[in-house]
Amino acid sequence: MAGSTLEIKDLHVEIEGQEILKGVNLTINGGEFHAVMGPNGTGKSTLSSAIMGHPKYEVTKGEIILDGENVLEMEVDERAKAGLFLAMQYPSEISGVTNSDFLRSSINAHREEGDEISLMKFIKEMDNTMDTLEMDKNMAQRYLNEGFSGGEKKRNEILQLMMIQPAIAILDEIDSGLDIDALKVVSKGINEMRNDSFGCLIITHYQRLLNYITPDKVHVMMQGRIVKSGGPELSQRLEEEGYDWIKQELGIEDETVNA
Amino acid sequence: MTVEVTLPYDKEYVTNFSQGLQEPEWMKNLRLSALEKSESLPLPKPDKTNISKWNFTEFDHHVTSDKIENLDELPVEIKDFLDQEKEQQNLVIQRNHTVAYAAIEQQLKDKGVIFTDMLTAIREHSDLVEKYFMNDAVHVDEHRLTALHAALVNGGVFLYVPKNVQIEEPIQAIFWQEDPKASLINHILVVAEENSSVTYVENYISHNKEEKTSSNIVAEVIAKDGAKVSFGAVDNFEAGTTVYANRRGVAYRDAVIEWALGQMNEGDTVSENITHLIGDNSHSNAKTVAIGRGTQKQNFTANITHFGKGSDGYILQHGVMKDKASAIFNGIGKIEHGASKSNAEQESRVLMLSKDARGDANPILLIDEDDVTAGHAASVGRVDPIQLYYLMSRGISRFEAERLIIHGFLAPVVNQLPVEAVKRQLRQVIERKVY
Repeated sequence: MAGSTLEIKDLHVEIEGQEILKGVNLTINGGEFHAVMGPNGTGKSTLSSAIMGHPKYEVTKGEIILDGENVLEMEVDERAKAGLFLAMQYPSEISGVTNSDFLRSSINAHREEGDEISLMKFIKEMDNTMDTLEMDKNMAQRYLNEGFSGGEKKRNEILQLMMIQPAIAILDEIDSGLDIDALKVVSKGINEMRNDSFGCLIITHYQRLLNYITPDKVHVMMQGRIVKSGGPELSQRLEEEGYDWIKQELGIEDETVNA
Repeated sequence: MTVEVTLPYDKEYVTNFSQGLQEPEWMKNLRLSALEKSESLPLPKPDKTNISKWNFTEFDHHVTSDKIENLDELPVEIKDFLDQEKEQQNLVIQRNHTVAYAAIEQQLKDKGVIFTDMLTAIREHSDLVEKYFMNDAVHVDEHRLTALHAALVNGGVFLYVPKNVQIEEPIQAIFWQEDPKASLINHILVVAEENSSVTYVENYISHNKEEKTSSNIVAEVIAKDGAKVSFGAVDNFEAGTTVYANRRGVAYRDAVIEWALGQMNEGDTVSENITHLIGDNSHSNAKTVAIGRGTQKQNFTANITHFGKGSDGYILQHGVMKDKASAIFNGIGKIEHGASKSNAEQESRVLMLSKDARGDANPILLIDEDDVTAGHAASVGRVDPIQLYYLMSRGISRFEAERLIIHGFLAPVVNQLPVEAVKRQLRQVIERKVY
C-alpha cells in the first residue's frame, strides 16, 4: 500500500470571526515529508489545528480530504482513527491520568474491540520507544504532561506519534524550546518513522530542524496562504537569506495574516 | 429561624440504653446532659446551605443484626471492600448496630494496640475513652447535632496506638447500614500516642433509596507529638439517609494527620473536616473528593487551623456535580497569631457536568500572623474543551475522554486510599455515579 493522501483545497479558516487562512492548497501523499515554513503570524499553526479539528477554529470555506473522505465532517477522534495525528505545540496537561494509561487508551482506540494491545506488549513497546527518545522511564507513570518541561512535552508528543503510527502526521513547531541535543533525539525518532506509506507535515519557524529531517517539499506561508513551494534547496536559501527576498519577489510588505 | 424539633428519644430511653450497655457512670451522665443540651442548642449553620428542614431526628436508633462467623457470608457489595488476595487481619464490620465481625492481630494486641467497637471500648477501656471522648477535638455543646450525637452514640470504633508503635498494615472498619431506617450514630476515636503511626480506613454503605433515616458521625483523631495518622474514608450512603459527618483532628508537635475522604453519599450531606495544628511543625493534608447527582444538596467544609509555629496545612477539595445537584465547598485555612513560619495552601475545584447543577468553591484564608506563606486556587467550570480536544486527537472518544478527565480529577483521593479493594471500590462508585 502506498499510504494515505491528505488533500487540502482552498481552505479558509476563522478564529473568533477573524480570517486567518485565506485559501490554502496542499496535498500530502504517503511517503512524503513536507515542511511548511514562514515567519510568525502567517497562519502555520492554524493550518495544523484546522486539520485536526481544534474547537476554536472554524472552517468557512474549502475542503480537507483524507483518502477521499471528508475530514471536516469528522469528529476529532474520528480524524485520528482515520489516520491523522497532530504533535501539538502546546499539549494539554491532564492531572490524574498517567501518561501510560493515556497512551494505552489511545492505541486501543485505534484498534478493534477485542483486539486491544496486551499489557506486556504495550509496556515493552513503550520502554523501547522511550529508550529511543532518551526519556526518563518515570515519565510513564507521571500524569499526562503535568509539570513536564517544554522539552519533555515535545518528546512525549513524539513518543505518542511513534507508538500510534498514524498514516499522516502533522508536527506543529516540534522544535521550539528544544536544545540541540534534544532536537537530534526527536529528529531521530521522526526519521525512524520514515517509510513508503507514512506522510508527514512539518510546521516550523526555523530551518534548523530541517538539517536533521530532510523534507521532500518545502512550502512558505505568508498572509494565510502558501506563497511559494520548492524542494529542500528552498529551505537552505531561507536559512541563508531569510524571508525578505520572497516578500520582494511577491511584492508583500506585511507577511502576517492581518495584512 | 430554626424549626423546633421534638426528639424521638427521651431521657428515659437514653438512661435505659446506657444501662443496657452497662456503661460507666460518666458516659451515662454525658449522654443525659447532652440530651438536655440538644433540646436547646441550635442546628449548625453551614455556609450557604439551609439545613433547617433536613431530617436529623427520624430514624431507628437500635437495630440488632446477626453476627458473621466467616467473611464468606458477606454479600458481594460488602465483600467488595475487602482485599481478597490477603487475609484481613485488622477489621471491624458493624452491621446496623451489631458488631458483626471483629479481628485484630495478636502481635498488635501484644504491643498494646486497641482496636474495638466504640460501645465495647466505653465499657472496657473506660478511663482511656473518657479522657479523649469529645474533649480535645469535638465538643458536645457545639450545636444540636454534636449534642444529639453524644446523647445517642450507638456505634463506631476506638483505635488506640501506644507510644512508638508503628502499624504497617491498614486498619479497616466497615459500617453497614443494612436496615433502611437504622441510624448510624458512630463515634470514631483514633488516638496515636507519641511517635506512633497508623493508617485507618473506613467505609459507610446503605441501600435505602426511599426509606428515610439520618446518620450522625463524629470522628476524632488525636495525634500526639511525632505521631502520624492517615485517615481514609469512603462514604456511600443511599439517598434516603441524611448525613451529618464531622471528622476532626488535633495534631501536636511534629505530628502529621492526613485525610483522604471520598464523599460519595447519594443523600443530603453536611460534612466538616477540621484539623487543629496545635503543635510546632505539625502538618496536615486534607483531601476530599465528592460527587453530587440527582437533586441532592451537600455542604463540605475543610478547615485547617494553625496554632503551632512552622505548621503546614494543605487542603484539596475536588467536586463533580451533575443533574440538579448542588454543593458548597468551603476551604478554610486559618493561621492564628503566633503561628509564625506556617504555610496554608488550598485548592477547591468544581467540575460541572450539567447546566442545572450548582457548585460553589469558596476558598478562605484567615491570617492573623505576618510571617507566613499562604495560597489558594479555586475554580468552577465545565470539562476543559482543549483537554478534550487533546485526548480526542489521539483517537479517544468524547465519552472516554471525559471519563478519563473526571477520574483524573478525582484521583488525588483515590490514589491515597490505603487498601487496594477500597480504591477499586471507590473507582466503581465514581463510575456508577458519573455515568
